[in-house]
Amino acid sequence: MDLPRFEHHQPKMTEELLELLAAHSDSAKIVAGGTDLLLKMRAGMMNPEHLISINQVEALHRIDYDDSKGLVIGGAARINDVGQQPDVRRYYPGLTYACDVMATVQVRNMATVAGNLANAAPSADCAAPLLVHDTELVLAQSGSTRQVKLHEYFTGPGMTIMEPREIIASILVPPVPERCGSTYLRLSARSKVDIVAVSVAGLLTLGASGEITTARVALAAVAPIPMLVPQASEMLVGQKPSEPLFAEVAAVVKEASKPIDDVRATAAYRRGMVEVLTRRVLAECLAKAEGGDK
Amino acid sequence: MAKQEIELVVNGDHYFVAVEPHRTLVEVLREDLNLTGTKVGCGEGDCGACTVLLGGRSISSCLTLAVECHQKEITTIEGLTTSPDDLHPIQQAFLEKGAVQCGFCTPGMIMSTQNLLNQNGEPSEEQIRQGLSGNLCRCTGYTKIVDAVQLAADRMVTQKED
Repeated sequence: MDLPRFEHHQPKMTEELLELLAAHSDSAKIVAGGTDLLLKMRAGMMNPEHLISINQVEALHRIDYDDSKGLVIGGAARINDVGQQPDVRRYYPGLTYACDVMATVQVRNMATVAGNLANAAPSADCAAPLLVHDTELVLAQSGSTRQVKLHEYFTGPGMTIMEPREIIASILVPPVPERCGSTYLRLSARSKVDIVAVSVAGLLTLGASGEITTARVALAAVAPIPMLVPQASEMLVGQKPSEPLFAEVAAVVKEASKPIDDVRATAAYRRGMVEVLTRRVLAECLAKAEGGDK
Repeated sequence: MAKQEIELVVNGDHYFVAVEPHRTLVEVLREDLNLTGTKVGCGEGDCGACTVLLGGRSISSCLTLAVECHQKEITTIEGLTTSPDDLHPIQQAFLEKGAVQCGFCTPGMIMSTQNLLNQNGEPSEEQIRQGLSGNLCRCTGYTKIVDAVQLAADRMVTQKED
């Protein structure tokens, strides 16, 4: 059960953290909740000589919302804190649901949304709900920052475009327009604790005459990375929503998924469920968009 | 690696210990502070046997570095009561309802119950099951645990009203 040995740093300011990371970038990891990192270290999959804690940097714990800028989630904000924030619950129901049910109660109190993205599991629960909102990430390193689209962030299982000296400083989720509905549905081998076997997130916005003006569908756990399905957007935007249309889209989304067999489910089951969940997700998004709430 | 001197505020007591960075909170609680009520089950953050409250919120102490807990308030199972004759309502309810068999999951279950009741003093059965979903029990089948939490919640609400 012993962890490998490392030096531990607890900077209080972002710039200090970034300098430490730059100084040790060949063998350093950021520790936030530690719920993925410590496991990997115990399993011998990672052996950083330095752990740089993000937890004392107050500025990174922020969770801010306003109607013009949308939601800003700091790199150290806890999953539970994000999910309990009233504006998140009101405007980002898919993300709320992910934050309410993923992993365990204890992990949700410890782990961070940014860490869930940085760990970059294909099944990352926060990924799909954030993808459908056209989320961007602010990646920071000592001396510079860059802003990237979340849909360009993941490159493979456990892999992202981040350089070793970069952190996710904040997650930027645009404000939600009127007549917009979004949601997230997931299936797992176990009802609790376990990671997802297949999940689908969706977002629909309706225009003045009831036609779809924005549409996004994102999948997790059915490809090497959490992914948007651009074909779904192409088929939906400009159309009047209907069950037959949603069924057509669901069939295309199913073909876009690339699941594998593993301990949680077979590829065939996952493909089947992608289609089922996509239909349900689109129906739910439509109901919410028509319901007049954001 | 050099030891760091940290202060852990556990159950209201201040402990000053020198620990290496790689030591987890559960190790330090059990081995350095002799507070062995908190158990190690899976060591992976799945079973909940190691659950304690950190800053009032339930966490898996097997996945928490002790050095990250410097000057933080920690509550373990030992902190719920000062004497066996004066059990906490949650502990009393667990006993009365037969929610303890081998007892290994029990400290973690009770700490998670405390976390749940801190947030929601009158949980439904569904909410109880959700709130304890990070704690596994191999013995009881959970039914009596849920009954015990319900009883504890009822009593604690009444206590508050008195």
